Amino acid sequence: MPFTPVILWTDALIFLLVFLTSIFIWYVRDNEHLLTPWRRIGHSASGMSALTVLLFFIIVGLLDTLHFRPALEHKNIHGETVYSVEVLSVLDLLLTPLRTHVEKTYSAPLATHLYTKETFELPDGNQIRAFARLEFGGSHLIDPDSEYQSDINDRIVKGIGLGLFFWIILHAILCLIMAHRTKQRFTVCFQSIWRRTTEIPWHAILITLAIILALSGMVFMLATHYHVLGTDKVGQDILYLSLKSIRVALIIGTLTTLIMLPFALLLGITAGYFRGWIDDIIQYIYTTLNSIPSVLLIAATILMMQVYIETHTESFETTAARADVRLLCLCLILGITSWTSLCRLLRGETLKLREMEYIQAAHAFGVSHWRIISRHILPNVMYIVLIATVMDFSGLVLAEAVLSYVGVGVDPSMISFGTMINAARLEMAREPMVWWTLLSAFSFMFILVLSANLFADAVQKALDPRIKTYAQNRNSTQNNNSAHIPAPSPANKPVQHP
Amino acid sequence: MNALLEIDNLHTILHTGKFPVRAVDGLSLKINKGETFALLGESGCGKSMTALSIMRLLPDAGEILSGNINLNGTDLLQLPESTMRRVRGKQISMIFQEPMLSLNPVMTIAEQITEVLTQHFRLDKTTAQKRILQLLDQVGIPDAERRMHEYAFQFSGGMKQRAMIAMALAGEPELLIADEPTTALDVTIQAQVLDLMREIQRQNHMAILLITHDLGVVSEMAQHVAVMYAGEIVEQSPRKNFFAHAAHPYSQQLFASLPNKQKRYRELAVIDGTVPPLTQAFSGCRFSDRCNYAMPQCHDTVPQWHPISDGHKVRCHLYGPSSASLNVMHAHKAAPALTLPAVLQQNQNPLLQVSGLKVHFPVRKGIFKRIVGQVKAVDGVSLRIFAGKTLALVGESGCGKTTVGKSILQLIQPTAGSVRYNQQELVGLERQRLRPLRSQLQFVFQDPYSSLNPRMRTIEIIQEGMHALNVTTTAPAMSEKTSAALAFPHEAAVDALLECVGLPKETKWRYPHEFSGGQRQRIAIARALAVNPRLLICDEPTSALDVSVQAQILNLLKSLQNELGLAYLFITHNISVVEYLADEIAVMYLGRIVEQGLIDEVISNPRHPYTQALLSAVPQIDKAAAAEMIRLKGDIPSPASPPQGCHFHPRCPQVMPVCRQSYPETSTISPTHTTHCHLYSQEHSSNHHEHST
Repeated sequence: MPFTPVILWTDALIFLLVFLTSIFIWYVRDNEHLLTPWRRIGHSASGMSALTVLLFFIIVGLLDTLHFRPALEHKNIHGETVYSVEVLSVLDLLLTPLRTHVEKTYSAPLATHLYTKETFELPDGNQIRAFARLEFGGSHLIDPDSEYQSDINDRIVKGIGLGLFFWIILHAILCLIMAHRTKQRFTVCFQSIWRRTTEIPWHAILITLAIILALSGMVFMLATHYHVLGTDKVGQDILYLSLKSIRVALIIGTLTTLIMLPFALLLGITAGYFRGWIDDIIQYIYTTLNSIPSVLLIAATILMMQVYIETHTESFETTAARADVRLLCLCLILGITSWTSLCRLLRGETLKLREMEYIQAAHAFGVSHWRIISRHILPNVMYIVLIATVMDFSGLVLAEAVLSYVGVGVDPSMISFGTMINAARLEMAREPMVWWTLLSAFSFMFILVLSANLFADAVQKALDPRIKTYAQNRNSTQNNNSAHIPAPSPANKPVQHP
Repeated sequence: MNALLEIDNLHTILHTGKFPVRAVDGLSLKINKGETFALLGESGCGKSMTALSIMRLLPDAGEILSGNINLNGTDLLQLPESTMRRVRGKQISMIFQEPMLSLNPVMTIAEQITEVLTQHFRLDKTTAQKRILQLLDQVGIPDAERRMHEYAFQFSGGMKQRAMIAMALAGEPELLIADEPTTALDVTIQAQVLDLMREIQRQNHMAILLITHDLGVVSEMAQHVAVMYAGEIVEQSPRKNFFAHAAHPYSQQLFASLPNKQKRYRELAVIDGTVPPLTQAFSGCRFSDRCNYAMPQCHDTVPQWHPISDGHKVRCHLYGPSSASLNVMHAHKAAPALTLPAVLQQNQNPLLQVSGLKVHFPVRKGIFKRIVGQVKAVDGVSLRIFAGKTLALVGESGCGKTTVGKSILQLIQPTAGSVRYNQQELVGLERQRLRPLRSQLQFVFQDPYSSLNPRMRTIEIIQEGMHALNVTTTAPAMSEKTSAALAFPHEAAVDALLECVGLPKETKWRYPHEFSGGQRQRIAIARALAVNPRLLICDEPTSALDVSVQAQILNLLKSLQNELGLAYLFITHNISVVEYLADEIAVMYLGRIVEQGLIDEVISNPRHPYTQALLSAVPQIDKAAAAEMIRLKGDIPSPASPPQGCHFHPRCPQVMPVCRQSYPETSTISPTHTTHCHLYSQEHSSNHHEHST
């Protein structure tokens, strides 16, 4: 076998998450009344555009999760294949040129020369200081000064063209599928998309997709011969680093939330629902936890973990495995320190809900406590959970950056937005400034967090049954259905004996 | 008589959703100086939108399309906003329904009134203070000098509404718009506030536009009545004519759907259907779909105004010149009589016996949560309910009647006393042991908007109790179909229940918010019935509903009682509902029952001064029947520190020295009629009591 698969801890958890999500989707598909609210997400133009962008990030993250160790050329003395100690992912494989084209040091985006002057010795023995040509960036150009501009323009146009070509193919496939499903003509489907009469806002999705594809095509054409976003101090391609950082951001955002949620839900709802001494104990726990500076707690845990890793090197086969355990540990400790605010919110909301009359009606039926919590309280606090989760997702992605900056974040060998920013911070002060590392990290994080927020907004709106009436009423007035509900039959009819 | 306010052909629309809602559609009215004009109608017919249009305070989605609003000859709709601000508060002022929400909680009463005064008058500080004091005195706030510097939360509900009125009067307006001013208040407080408004109107010679849904309030207050339906006025008349013979079928139906004692053995008339959505354009009479007298022309021709007598006009084809069907009008369709089952013999064992029930809530203070006092919400209540009978528990808000209901069901743990259902003690039973009894006793809550989980569908709501209590299918008729539905094993039972409460069975797939208030209350009743209870505790089940919807729910409850032999504990503050529905009545004041007896005994011959005051404070439509009103001073005291002796003595018009000393023992007036009052000592028989002043 040319490679051996490697499943790191976080990989396993991500696979579990994907598995659970698919089970959930499969379950919802079978239940019409659960499916309808989720379908409504499909009606929100901003939500669907955000989902398209988010899917791009998720695909990159998932590709980066499939890890393996490639086989080396030589075999060991027993004739067995020897695998490299370097753990690669499918994304690494796809980005091989970016990964291997390492320059000497900084270079600006799309540059052909290094960013700093070097001393050259000319054949005649004289020394001059000049900007050296890059080893890979623009190396195909013979005379950069004259050819550079036309080459760049050429590639941009070609790239956009390529992207749009794929877009048109996708668009055509979409129209064909719609035509097949609705048994209408192809042109009718095409028109209905752009007249915005379709149920799902395909026009918004297609526009977002067009932008993504055009950008990707452009980057694809340029990246083979240039460093599109420049290089960092040791000459690594910033685009490669940014794409690799996506996985860490997603893991920190999702796994931490998943670790935090059970604590927050269980403790928050039980405190609010049972009150009394249970409430007192839970309040004491979270007040205490809240008053310990979380950075201190995180730093202590990470340093302890670091010592453990260093004293047990034999249990980790590769550096990647070591870095991964540290990442997992970071997620755990972030999760443990960040559940308190959500817990407090849930406790307050539950205190309010438990006095609602429908909860009392359930008590009057002798419904058990856990059933009341799961059937009545949990669905009614889900909106808080959803909002808090997304807020936390954004917050955690940013927290990782801050922690790495302080030096207690992810392993220094692991590429993340935090390490990128940490590496770039000093260069902000130098003249001329190295701005591109920070800018790329910033833009990628910004787009990720923004689309996650927009999508969560759409989900929250769609899942609230009360908002549905508005849309439905609108539809019903459209069709001039004056009465949506049949008028109650008068009660003076003889009542039937049940 | 010169007109103060003239509204001509006002059209107000609300831009919500795809089509605009025509909230006010061609409304014209005229209010004379010093007159009280009542705008009467059910919720959602555009009354409040009319008021907001006059004030030009419509919500952002609202827009006045056309029409004139003339106040003293100036068209308010032509005024620039800056001038309009001088009109609001100075010429027109408004009081709102919820006194709790219309006062700013972080400003003192004096500060809030000062705000109005500085807007409209140039006053220095001392004159302003004097004026505030004068205003508060005028609205009858005791100890005004001290209380003017207090915050809204330190005032009781009635006092807040008085402060609100004082604020409205500060600008010496010529027109006061009162939007349901007493709906949120208790009857005795309502009587005080209505009195006050009448008094002030006489002093200031001010016109009042009274917006209400309560026919009783209209008959007490108004000189002129306009009935509003679906955005337009359908009948206008002086009060006397209106209450003597209402002309429009809608007005007649409203009267017919009011519960009272005379209709006891009949079903209440109900208006079929619901108010049509105001998004459509009407081609005929708006009421035609629900009208009992609808003729073909009602559906295609918009009716014009037809005068009946002086000042009394109606928008109905029945009164048109071409119509010969006038004689139909007075042939009232009598509501079908209820065939009451033979009066059940009161067997010796009551279904439910409550004795000495006490619910005290400890007041805790300090870091160690020491108990510093007790709120005695329920303080020794004894009740008996027999199978198939209705006991009404009557009292003002805060007297502990809801707590009684909840503690019978053990939703609130009683502090002392016993609750026996069929001789079985419920107090102190463990959760598990209580469960088999849960199906026997059920609760219908006051607010149908908060008693149904918004995230569960009707079928899930109704099934919840069946699942929890393992109730098998409710009727033999269902057994043949049970095997069919696996996902929802009780589906057939749910269908039958929905049919039983008058809802189509397709509604089981809907969420609660898709229903109107009355329909939601039906679902709540169906949910309670799902477990085959013998006793329903109904906590003000109709107080959040309109009159016509209330009639539907009362009919439903009554017919369910006849069919299923249910017993009801009916908790309410509405005396006319009690007269219509109840067999026995218990009057509660500050955690204790002050008078108890058969309905006829208590209503026609109330003994306790509180009962007498409560009954007389109910606004009566029929002036002749109304007894002399007994005014009560002050508010209901806090149950945390009830007065010494008889709880009622600070407000009692017949207070004696002994009342301050001790709480009166039971006085028996007849075998079924008891009261707690020193006026009637135990050995005294019914007619023998001394008045002491």
